[in-house]
Amino acid sequence: MNYGIVSQEQLEQIEEILLQKLIKIGVDCAIIIDMAGNIITIKDTGKSKYDIYSFAALAAGNFATVDAMAKLVGETEFSLLFHKGQDSSIHFSKIDDELLLISMFGKDISLGFLRLNVVEAIEQIQKVWEKQD
Amino acid sequence: MSFINLKDKVVQVKIVYYGPGRCGKTTNLEYINRKFREQIQSEMVSLKTHGDRTLFFDFLPFHMGQIKGYDIKIQLYTVPGQVKYNATRKLVLKGVDGIVFVADAMEKQREKNIRSLNQLHENLQSYKESIFDIPLVMQYNKVDLKEHGIPVLPISVLQQDLNSRLQVPYFEASAITGFNVAATLKKIISSTVVSIQKKLL
Ligand SMILES: Nc1nc2c(ncn2[C@@H]2O[C@H](COP(=O)(O)OP(=O)(O)OP(=O)(O)O)[C@@H](O)[C@H]2O)c(=O)[nH]1
Ligand SMILES: [Mg+2]
Repeated sequence: MNYGIVSQEQLEQIEEILLQKLIKIGVDCAIIIDMAGNIITIKDTGKSKYDIYSFAALAAGNFATVDAMAKLVGETEFSLLFHKGQDSSIHFSKIDDELLLISMFGKDISLGFLRLNVVEAIEQIQKVWEKQD
Repeated sequence: MSFINLKDKVVQVKIVYYGPGRCGKTTNLEYINRKFREQIQSEMVSLKTHGDRTLFFDFLPFHMGQIKGYDIKIQLYTVPGQVKYNATRKLVLKGVDGIVFVADAMEKQREKNIRSLNQLHENLQSYKESIFDIPLVMQYNKVDLKEHGIPVLPISVLQQDLNSRLQVPYFEASAITGFNVAATLKKIISSTVVSIQKKLL
């Protein structure tokens, strides 16, 4: 077994990326989880009240299910996972084999603009995360 | 993989209740959810079919308190036990830190327990984990049925079938009455936390 340990410094850098790239453009909540459903970090506007631990468990399960379905039909992955609601939407994006970035956002942001920022955020996070080993 | 957050000093530990269909995994979590309300900050999440069979998993976050200044957050999961759900069973096992194998002590379930344990072994191998290394506790559930005249396997037989090579701690239990549900939980938490501490040092 390998254990995921991140230093305080790394976490602070990652949180700063989430803040600059996502929260500042109007994302309500950005969460990084691992594929086992653990929460790595969360950055939000302070308004969200729901239970993030249950959310992470369900999100990991949801992503894993879609991933398994992709493999069944011969795709390596379905890279975009997006759920659209009345007032808020959820966007999932893979950071690497272990990590997932989830963004929750309202009607004011377009999906295209969000995706652009998510891609940039992920590139930056990957650099910080690589330093881990 | 347990996740350790050095900044907020939080350790997240994943414990999975595994076992054949209808052995009582969900009932274990329901009992814990009722009995330990003050250690559980949220609702239990159950992804189930109309017939109350687990479809994907049950999830219950359990707060353990602190060890050496670290907040220990235990995430309890169950797998779906029905044979056809092995693909989802495997997904739930991803990143597991400790396992409770719930066996159904009813005589007629003898084969199913053995098959389920063998599949656990294979499923762990697919993640390059070994059933011999991972913290594991055996629970022989439904022993209350003896009193109702339903044939129940003697512990010696269950031990022979399931635990002769593994040699892990075991409990007779009744998830429905709560007998040894907490004892099982305490044992798997302590084995898992000890194992994580060892890996960290
Ligand atoms: N008599 C008795 N019945 C039990 C006990 N534990 C569970 N049951 C019953 O067994 C049935 C199945 O229990 P569940 O907890 O749903 O079983 P499960 O392992 O979660 O089943 P799956 O979700 O299909 O894998 C229910 O009707 C429970 O009430 C027990 O200790 N004694
Ligand atoms: Mg169940």
